[in-house]
Amino acid sequence: MVQGAGSPVRDGLGLGLAVGVSGLAFGAAAAGSGLSAWQACALSALAFTGASQFALIGAVAVGGNLVAATAGAILLGSRNTLYGLRLAGLLQLRGARRLVGAQGVIDETTAVTLAQPDARASRVGFAVTFACLYVTWNIATLAGALGAGTLASPRALGLDVVGPAAFLALIWPRLRAGRTERVVAVLGAAIALGLTPVLPTGVPVILAATAALGGALAMSPPAAAPAQAGRP
Amino acid sequence: MTGLWIAVLATAAGCYALKLAGLTVPERVLDHRRVRRFAELVPVALLAALSAVEVATSGHSIVLDPARLAGLGAAVVALLLRAPFLAVIIAAAATTALLRAAGAP
Repeated sequence: MVQGAGSPVRDGLGLGLAVGVSGLAFGAAAAGSGLSAWQACALSALAFTGASQFALIGAVAVGGNLVAATAGAILLGSRNTLYGLRLAGLLQLRGARRLVGAQGVIDETTAVTLAQPDARASRVGFAVTFACLYVTWNIATLAGALGAGTLASPRALGLDVVGPAAFLALIWPRLRAGRTERVVAVLGAAIALGLTPVLPTGVPVILAATAALGGALAMSPPAAAPAQAGRP
Repeated sequence: MTGLWIAVLATAAGCYALKLAGLTVPERVLDHRRVRRFAELVPVALLAALSAVEVATSGHSIVLDPARLAGLGAAVVALLLRAPFLAVIIAAAATTALLRAAGAP
């Protein structure tokens, strides 16, 4: 068993249920910002990426310009493009499967997919996390929009640390695997925290990708590898 | 009301297009070793960043919230003890919930 990861089914169901419940908070916040229950549900079903959804309703709540609010929310979705780059080779989705699978390319599914030991387990992890989180997130959004958010506070249950703890657990095997990974993770976190006071919400996390860029550029040149391999 | 619907649907369309774009990048682009390495490291950088921001910020401020920090700390301890995934997230949520129940802000 890979450390920090169980079976792909268990990982996917666990994370899907735990994070999906925070759809309650989204539904409640959406209703509070002036969206109808239908609009909240449409956003969860069709956009299905928490950061962008919260960004849109946050801007609507403060009476922001709708075009700017939409642009900001979409910008936050560019994180998923970067995830897709990594997942494309693992998932090998074609045709209609790619069109459906694309909707599932988000933080949680990426984390579970990459924590698996082989390609088959990765595909199972992706499918289970996507299905479970999609169902839970949408039901929770509806419940939250209809007022169920007041029954139990996700915050009182500590659910706001489920995401951070899960992301850390799921990248843990990579952090153990190499020094570059550890440096990139620490740099990424530092960049995002450092830029949080000065940039719009969500943008600092996207700019943390520059840490990955640095890691890729710091690779040793390819010529070095065969030379080393040629030594006795 | 109509404007809000347009914003909701445009956000959904844009977010979906961005997801699909990543999966649709031609494989030969990923044949370059630096591009492949970048794609491998991106989730590590972004998920670490997301984790840090969700635990240690509130709006635009760095906030050292004891309950959240202790929750993440519990996750780290569980990971060092080689606990399985679900035990890690339960340890984190339970620690945060208990501290809040005990009166932490």
